[in-house]
Amino acid sequence: MTDILADTAPRTAPAAVVAPGVHMTDAATKRLRARYASESRFKMIGLAAILFSVAALCLLLFTIVSAGFTAFQQTHVRLDLQLSAEQIAPVGTTDVRKIMQGNYGAIILEALQKKFPEVQSRGDRRRLQALVSSGAESQVGRMVAADPTLIGQTITIWLPTASDIDVFVKKQVDTTAPEEQRRVKDNQVRWIDTLKASGDLELRFNTRFFTGADSREPELVGVWGGVVGSFYTLLITLIVAFPLGIMAAIYLEEFAPKNRWTEVIEVNINNLAAVPSIVYGLLGLAVFIGFFGMPRSAPLVGGLVLALMSLPVIIIASRAALRAVPPSIRQAAMGLGASPLQVVLHHVLPLAMPGILTGTIIAMAHALGETAPLLMIGMVAFIVDIPATPIDAATVLPVQIFMWADSSERGFVEKTSAAIIVLLVFLLLMNLAAILLRKKFERRW
Amino acid sequence: MSLSLLLLVLLGLTIIGYYLGKSRAMAAASGKIRNLHSLPMFYGWYVVIWCGLPALLLFGVWIAFEDALVRSLVISELPEAVRRLPADQLGLVISDIRNMAYGNIPLDKADATLRPVVDHYISLRQLGTTALWVIVMAFGIAGLLYGRSRIAPDFRARNRVERIANVLLIVSSTIAVMTTIGIVLSLVFEALRFFASVNPFEFLFGLTWSPQMAIRADQVGSSGAFGAVPLFAGTLLIAAIAMIVAVPVGLMAAVYMAEYAAPKVRAFAKPALEVLAGIPTVVYGFFAALTVAPFIRDAGESIGLAVASQSALAAGLVMGIMIIPFVSSLSDDVINAVPQSLRDGSFGLGATKSETIKRVILPAALPGIAASVILAFSRALGETMIVVMAAGLAANLTANPLAAVTTVTVHIASLLVGDQEFDSPKTLAAFALGLVLFIVTLSLNIIALRIVKKYREQYD
Repeated sequence: MTDILADTAPRTAPAAVVAPGVHMTDAATKRLRARYASESRFKMIGLAAILFSVAALCLLLFTIVSAGFTAFQQTHVRLDLQLSAEQIAPVGTTDVRKIMQGNYGAIILEALQKKFPEVQSRGDRRRLQALVSSGAESQVGRMVAADPTLIGQTITIWLPTASDIDVFVKKQVDTTAPEEQRRVKDNQVRWIDTLKASGDLELRFNTRFFTGADSREPELVGVWGGVVGSFYTLLITLIVAFPLGIMAAIYLEEFAPKNRWTEVIEVNINNLAAVPSIVYGLLGLAVFIGFFGMPRSAPLVGGLVLALMSLPVIIIASRAALRAVPPSIRQAAMGLGASPLQVVLHHVLPLAMPGILTGTIIAMAHALGETAPLLMIGMVAFIVDIPATPIDAATVLPVQIFMWADSSERGFVEKTSAAIIVLLVFLLLMNLAAILLRKKFERRW
Repeated sequence: MSLSLLLLVLLGLTIIGYYLGKSRAMAAASGKIRNLHSLPMFYGWYVVIWCGLPALLLFGVWIAFEDALVRSLVISELPEAVRRLPADQLGLVISDIRNMAYGNIPLDKADATLRPVVDHYISLRQLGTTALWVIVMAFGIAGLLYGRSRIAPDFRARNRVERIANVLLIVSSTIAVMTTIGIVLSLVFEALRFFASVNPFEFLFGLTWSPQMAIRADQVGSSGAFGAVPLFAGTLLIAAIAMIVAVPVGLMAAVYMAEYAAPKVRAFAKPALEVLAGIPTVVYGFFAALTVAPFIRDAGESIGLAVASQSALAAGLVMGIMIIPFVSSLSDDVINAVPQSLRDGSFGLGATKSETIKRVILPAALPGIAASVILAFSRALGETMIVVMAAGLAANLTANPLAAVTTVTVHIASLLVGDQEFDSPKTLAAFALGLVLFIVTLSLNIIALRIVKKYREQYD
């Protein structure tokens, strides 16, 4: 290199003029251009990788939201129901069971037929009845049971339509297909159009989706059962994992001697964090249900399994938070005569708490989205009641999503997506809480 | 729930104990704290421990063993003919009795011979609950009185309380080890029972998987085949597809964010990747089944390829997307840990940024990156919901990514979901598969940690 330079540039010339040498030859310029091209290519590939991830995220969210937001509205039909005493029970009856046994199907059909008097044949009447959800009967029954004075009166009420009608009105199925390929037949389409024109059929807010539990009929399902189940499960998880996690972290970080045993514990915790979640489900099935005989499908067992699963995460986060508290705090407290336990409980732990809480919330958010281990312990049952205690059979939100995603009916696609939206909103709130906590209490020592 | 009431009463008792201990200490010190060895609070806690701990331990032991005790007492009460039944049928009878006792099955429908047993069961349960109340309360009150009687001005309450607290800390730190032992024991025991009826060699190397067991011995196809190789192959295929997506994308994303991205881009891209990591797997599974799988099938058909509607490609692709943030965040940490001086040295020699990354930074970060790839692979093997929802159950032995394959996790889930008796080889097979999965992921994890430990450069 130096030889060439010496040949081409006179010694007296200033350094800048040295340039028109080997670095300006055609080959060198070409090489340089190739290197710069490769540089920008490499940068582009990196950008493309980011864009790919972001695009995948956007596509996923877009798919879910666009398929799901329609579920918050449900097609309803307005009917004037004549709650005649012959069809239900004599006026003045208060016996709930008797009232529930009333023939509400006939009442609804009567109300429908009043709107379409021309419908006479059996088949057509059945189709007419099929406009309204099969759950409408018990809905009216419950309403009358709650207020028996309604018997003998005529009430105007909005009832949910059947799921087939709902997806047809929302145009989620091919509405132009020939009649034999459609689940909604031509005369039903005519009725729908008539009802729409008279304002008796419209999309209304789907309250039941937020207050109900599981059902066989897509138009009657709700997420509240799953939300309550998730709440109980997470409550158990928190009660078990949070104190245990903090205590384990305190011991390992503040008190444990450096010896073989603590090393075993540490390696163990790191390994546990990488065990597939489904293995925790097997553990729960064999130990909690098989050995201790706890009830299947109960949030209690689900919560315990998720607690074991999130324990390593909480321990690792808590240890990091404890480590971030500077030693000077401890020394000052020691110097004032505090015992080792008092040092930790009065000074180190309160200072580490924001970090510990942040880690715990993130672990809880993970536990909220966890599905596989809960399948193992039987939380996948079909449960129409909202659980009242942590030992009732229950399901959780993600398992509910899994079950609805498994159903073949068209109406469930929208409900599944909507349930996912609800789940994602909960996750978003938890993560926001974690971020705010970190922002508000983060300290630099 | 009289048991939770009992716990509440016990809690109340300990609170009373706390104040009793405190006031006793103050009284013993004739109202002057400086006469006491410890703060009054510690005397309170000392009484709390004596009052609550023995009673709680007793309560736990009782809860753990009451069921078995009542069960054996009830069985001894049953008619001779019922007692001779095989274990699983006996279990059904017991659960019938239990249901009748709790009123889940109306009593008038019950078998007349079971009536006395049900009554006996109910009385046993009531007796048990009463006895528990009496014993727990007796222990609680006795402990309270004893703890209180020990209090004296020079009694070292703080040291005692702190010793107990220390024991509690140690116990909770061993929970992690207990969990591991629990996992290993439960998997190994159930798997051993499985291997008692199925040859382990056949399980690990057999080529057909059809876990149907006949209900009657003379049924067609009565011998289930438990050769798990198709499941292992399917798992590897899907995980490999996932890695093909996740490793380049995740690595390049990490490189870009660590080396190129302007702070603004970083502030946007990093949270986006974190969101991707926070989305529950069941959502990815739904996405794969609803959007990606039909799209791949249609795309394949339009160019004349036969694609299964539950192709390995769809599941692997979505799993890859799920793993991207995992790879990128681990690699990001490793790349950021490479000291700036290495970069500066490389730039000083005239290298461009990409040359620095390719020739200096990535080689320096290689052990960490390799570990992160291994960890990501282990996560892909253990992932369940995406494959349950998007990969189906067909145990095909194929390397064609367009065909339908199935995985170990899918079969663990499908063998255990639904009503199963606990003893059939079909159910136990799930534990054998779980054992294989656990061993493999654990080994991968250990290998990853070893790599990091062994090859990490210490720059500072």
